[in-house]
Amino acid sequence: MEKKKAYLLLANGQIFEGRSFGQEGTTIGEVVFTTGMTGYQETLTDPSYFGQIAVQTFPLIGNYGINHDDFESEHCWLNGYIAREYCEEPSNFRSEKTIDEFLKEQNVIGLCDIDTRELTRVIREDGVMNGMITTENVYEQKEQLLQQVREFAIKDAVTTVTGKTVTEYPCPGSQYHVVLLDLGYKRNILQKLLEVNCRVTVMPATVTVEDILAQKPDGIMLSNGPGNPEDNPEIIANLQKLTVAKIPIFGICLGHQLMALANGAKTYKLKYGHHGGNQPVKEVTSGKVYVTSQNHNYAVDEKTLPANVGMISHYNVNDKSCEGIQYLQAPIFTVQFHPEACSGPQDTSCLFMKFIDMMKGDK
Amino acid sequence: MPLRSDIKKVLVIGSGPIVIGQAAEFDYAGTQACRALKEEGLEVVLVNSNPATIMTDKVMADKIYIEPLNLDVLKRIIAKERPDSILSTLGGQTGLTLSMQLAKEGYLDQYGVKLLGANPETIDKAEDRQIFKDTMTSIGEPCIPSKVVETVEDALAFAEEIHYPVIVRPAFTLGGSGGGIAYNEGELHEIATNGLRLSPITQVLIEKNISGWKEIEFEVIRDSKGNIITVCSMENMDPVGVHTGDSIVVAPAVTLTDREYQMLRSAALNIVSALGVEGGCNCQFALHPDSFKYAVIEVNPRVSRSSALASKATGYPIAKVATKIAVGYQLDEILNAVTGNTYACFEPTIDYIVVKFPRWPFDKFVYAKKTLGTQMKATGEVMAIGTSFEQAMMKAIRSVELGVDTFNLPKLSQMSDASIVKLLENCDDERSFVIYEALKRGVDVATIHEITKIDNWFLNKMKNLVDMERKLTNGPLSEELYLQAKKYGFLDKTIKQLSGETITFPRHAVYKMVDTCAAEFAAQTPYFYSTYDQQNEAALHLAENDNNRRKILVFGSGPIRIGQGIEFDYCSVHCVWALKEEGCEAIIINNNPETVSTDFDTSDRLYFDPLTPEDIDHVIEVEKPWGVIVQFGGQTAIKLTKHLEAKGVRILGTSAASIDAAEDRQSFDELLNQCQIPRPEGKTVFHIADAVAAANEIGYPVLLRPSYVLGGQNMIIAYTDADVEEYMAIIVAHNIENPVLIDKYMMGIEVEVDAICDGNDYLIPGIMEHIERAGIHSGDSISVYPAQSLSQKIKDTIIDYTGKLAKALNVIGLVNIQYVVYQDNVYVIEVNPRSSRTVPYISKVTNVPMVDLATKIMLGKTLKELGYGTGVYPEGDYVAVKVPVFSFEKLHAVDTHLGPEMKSTGEVLGIAKTFEEALFKGLVAAGYKMKKQGGVLVSVRDNDKEEIYPIVKRMEELGFDIYATVGTAKFFTQRGMKVEAVGKVSDPKPNLIDLLESGKVEYVISTSTKGRKPAREGVKIRRKAVERSIACLTAIDTAKALVDSLSLDMSINDMELVDITGI
Repeated sequence: MEKKKAYLLLANGQIFEGRSFGQEGTTIGEVVFTTGMTGYQETLTDPSYFGQIAVQTFPLIGNYGINHDDFESEHCWLNGYIAREYCEEPSNFRSEKTIDEFLKEQNVIGLCDIDTRELTRVIREDGVMNGMITTENVYEQKEQLLQQVREFAIKDAVTTVTGKTVTEYPCPGSQYHVVLLDLGYKRNILQKLLEVNCRVTVMPATVTVEDILAQKPDGIMLSNGPGNPEDNPEIIANLQKLTVAKIPIFGICLGHQLMALANGAKTYKLKYGHHGGNQPVKEVTSGKVYVTSQNHNYAVDEKTLPANVGMISHYNVNDKSCEGIQYLQAPIFTVQFHPEACSGPQDTSCLFMKFIDMMKGDK
Repeated sequence: MPLRSDIKKVLVIGSGPIVIGQAAEFDYAGTQACRALKEEGLEVVLVNSNPATIMTDKVMADKIYIEPLNLDVLKRIIAKERPDSILSTLGGQTGLTLSMQLAKEGYLDQYGVKLLGANPETIDKAEDRQIFKDTMTSIGEPCIPSKVVETVEDALAFAEEIHYPVIVRPAFTLGGSGGGIAYNEGELHEIATNGLRLSPITQVLIEKNISGWKEIEFEVIRDSKGNIITVCSMENMDPVGVHTGDSIVVAPAVTLTDREYQMLRSAALNIVSALGVEGGCNCQFALHPDSFKYAVIEVNPRVSRSSALASKATGYPIAKVATKIAVGYQLDEILNAVTGNTYACFEPTIDYIVVKFPRWPFDKFVYAKKTLGTQMKATGEVMAIGTSFEQAMMKAIRSVELGVDTFNLPKLSQMSDASIVKLLENCDDERSFVIYEALKRGVDVATIHEITKIDNWFLNKMKNLVDMERKLTNGPLSEELYLQAKKYGFLDKTIKQLSGETITFPRHAVYKMVDTCAAEFAAQTPYFYSTYDQQNEAALHLAENDNNRRKILVFGSGPIRIGQGIEFDYCSVHCVWALKEEGCEAIIINNNPETVSTDFDTSDRLYFDPLTPEDIDHVIEVEKPWGVIVQFGGQTAIKLTKHLEAKGVRILGTSAASIDAAEDRQSFDELLNQCQIPRPEGKTVFHIADAVAAANEIGYPVLLRPSYVLGGQNMIIAYTDADVEEYMAIIVAHNIENPVLIDKYMMGIEVEVDAICDGNDYLIPGIMEHIERAGIHSGDSISVYPAQSLSQKIKDTIIDYTGKLAKALNVIGLVNIQYVVYQDNVYVIEVNPRSSRTVPYISKVTNVPMVDLATKIMLGKTLKELGYGTGVYPEGDYVAVKVPVFSFEKLHAVDTHLGPEMKSTGEVLGIAKTFEEALFKGLVAAGYKMKKQGGVLVSVRDNDKEEIYPIVKRMEELGFDIYATVGTAKFFTQRGMKVEAVGKVSDPKPNLIDLLESGKVEYVISTSTKGRKPAREGVKIRRKAVERSIACLTAIDTAKALVDSLSLDMSINDMELVDITGI
């Protein structure tokens, strides 16, 4: 079957010519690269990718097909998807369909057969930028299209991806009740909480502090999520109130950033973020280094964190950016990386036990 | 924690000679280790018996002992050198086992030596089958149902319990020696008996057969703090059942979801943490293809072949990092040398796929059992990097140098469809070709999977190659199709051949960088591979780093095989070093992941690609080198000469015309005439009839060999017309293009000379004499420097001839010449205007840096300027004896009889003040136990009886019991020797097989007129000796040398240990 031509037009004017896969058409998003060699399914369904076009640096994608079990949410939130080569004959005992079929189903526009390493280098050198994937001829109205590309911004990220209803997940024999604040949570965060015997109530990001407290949680889990953390003033205000409530709180990724903002710190955008399963993070107290799964474009500026509020508990060994905060005046700790993994290493899953211990101490 | 302050002087143990299962990867690891230690300012003492290595080079360590690797020698070196530490994990299984023995005996404690890299507890947990199983059970990691047994009876009983088939794995053997799969009681009896004998602790593991599960490996690194990472995952295309060294392996694993991947990764970390490894560790898993069930197969708590592959596949220097960890560093304190700004505690991620393809010796050993199983048989391997699996596979298949550029094997195309499907059941070296052929015949992927259990992913990718071949054949060749074919790794040559069209839109390859991080960070080390894509990073790199230095391209020697071993890598690396010293930019192209030459910081730029004309053209296109060097990469590089010359590339050193003149019979004869140098009479023939006529004209015995070959491939001595006919048929079937050379066989002393020439002058570092007379391949002969038995007149003649030949051929650089001294006359046998197998050892023992001088001469310097003089270099105070080492126990059904065809895989060196001591050391290093009592079984052909008699007589005098086959016994008895005659293999019991089984025999002396075929009597005797680990001598001269040594009233403990940095 002949594949249709497709293009990537970057905000810097550069054009990559490749082939279409998944859905045909035109889409604009923020182009980021991820270095994971496995885990494309998790990438495709991670709500944190809302509004973005993900580029896989590993060239062979779709090898093991698509299975529903490994989804991190029910949808693909990406605006577009780029792979060097996708596999038309996947092989794995759980495979249900090809990645091409999945993208079509999810209405996601894909691009393949381009020099993904060159694209990665562009993003590494010039930073994350917007781009357009289109199956239309991009050369004809390049300037006009560029205008559109440059004007694009990710908006209403959290409010779009968060659930609309409160959902309870019972856990037989559970000792603790955790409210998982859904900022675009990955399913495996819920899964990990259930595994450590927590009853979980998933609540939309739009709920009030009173709604949360009404659940009488033993602890609150702040999930990952998409977009610029500063775009969420209401949630930040809620977190300020929750900080005072002294309920044990564990934050991951966007949850980590929002908690820092609620406590007076600032966030900034990284040049090209951390996306992949191989980021080394050092735990300050033990001096141990863990390999972590990460997916974020923003980071907490550790210099802006008031000294009496919290201390840096983890930092990235490569670029020394803030990877975790231990709060001093409340039972709160947050991390920038993903201890729940999926995709990526499970080396830091012990943090869920730390959360349990915190709730135990609080009881 | 930074460098431990209690470490100042470290003993490093190398892995010894190259054998199947333990090859060049340990030179690579050892070299990195030595460098890493020296970087820290530590004093390094090195012991390795292998002289062909880079690690035994004088710049690598402060003290270097090329001595036998045994406990006695190591103890004496420790007592003499008083190191404070010993590094145990970089010298393969040999280094590790010796270190553990030293530790367990308390010797290290006694001398206050710390064991770095691993402690006995860790090693026992990993290597002792039962302790390993217990450890795995205690941490909840599943193992395959298995039991350690010490008797055949227990093996059989357990097999009944878990049902056949079962796998037998002997404890503590190299490359799984002596293991195998048993499908019934009879087979188990045989394999278990053999395995128990080979295991130094008489233990084998009987294990449930899980053939067909996926085989997945992880390379893990852990530091003393407990920081732990995985460097790379690897998936074996061949499922469990085939030794990973014999499997086609891809990196990273491709058919695993993240869930399966992380499950196994976590298991690997769990295991390595539980074992307490500090350094590198390899974990092998079996994964059930249809569930999450998995089992740990084995763990190697040291650097290994897989770690070398993982290092080259990702750019992450495992051996170097493991060494730094051993001396105290933590992963987050060690810089990632590839990026220069990230740390060793991050996991490499790659943006390409790597294929490793084994190189088997079955082209040499036509009668060997080719079935692949748990015992490794490959001598070497190639690695190919591509952006698609198809591309990497195509690169791999042309890198292994089997004479094919695709997976089409001509002999298969003649077979019926049914035969091809039947062949799929054979798991042997040709399976990938058979799969390709089956796919071409329309056999569907499901059927092939059902038979081979190879994952559909791989089979579908192979089918993509088949489909591409079909599209190219059907045509028309559009630009789009052409580009897709290039992305799939097809050569232009193949595309033209298949399509029958000319290519009107040729494309040059672009180069991408191997940077450990998939371009997430800017990398500093230029390590490239070719692909067909947009951006050319090599070109960008060159533009950014423009300088005025002359760029010189050095061609490596490809996979390690019999006849072309690690020596050529030694030469390539030295060439690079010399080029750098001369202010040139040295660029390497090679495809062997085991070697030092493909280490990312050996050359200024590394191109990891095949060494075919088309592949090198693309490198030349992007690099535009000032010159290229073909002399050091063995025949692999020499083969490129004609092509390079036709392209108009400047070939440094000896010209293409001279290389051709030395290889082409006619021009070589003219040259010899002109120099008035005699050679054994010879002729060139193409057909069987001509060959027989020529042989009769010259007179038997004659030597037959195809031209343009290496390692005496398909070379034989023929005594009759029938011999000539039989071998001509084989040779013609193998290689029809080149003529066959027939020479008079002269049974004289063989002498070898390496010389350096600058066009005017020459320098001969030394003359080497072979212990075995002409007729045994020089690579399989014991070689002695300086020559011991030649008269001054003969030496002068040899020097004179060497000078004349070098000048006549206008050699610029190195030349290797082999002579035979016959009836007091010197004849030339062969001239190779290139580096040779003997260059490393002669350089080390004479202190003449041969490659270095040759390289500088190629750049325009003269011998006179270089300070080593001209003519013959003065002989030193030491005698060096090079002894070949074989891997016969790994290769079933191979005749061990030495002849003109090379069979050894490696070599060791003995160095001493006297010849006798040097020989003794060499024999000990080569594995001879030098037993001075017991039995000797003699069975020799009629021609040899007279000559062998005095040798056997001396053995009798030494107190050996003499056994002989009937004919030989009769001959000896007639001369008054007390001999026990034994029956043939086919005679009723008890016969000689029973005798060999009895353990009474320490030595076998066996020669026969006819060999090779496994069914022959002589071959059976020799194979039995191999199976029983009995020293088997197949040449009279070797036997004599051995008896001379045994007569010596000395043991290894009485001999001086020689630090070669001081000679």
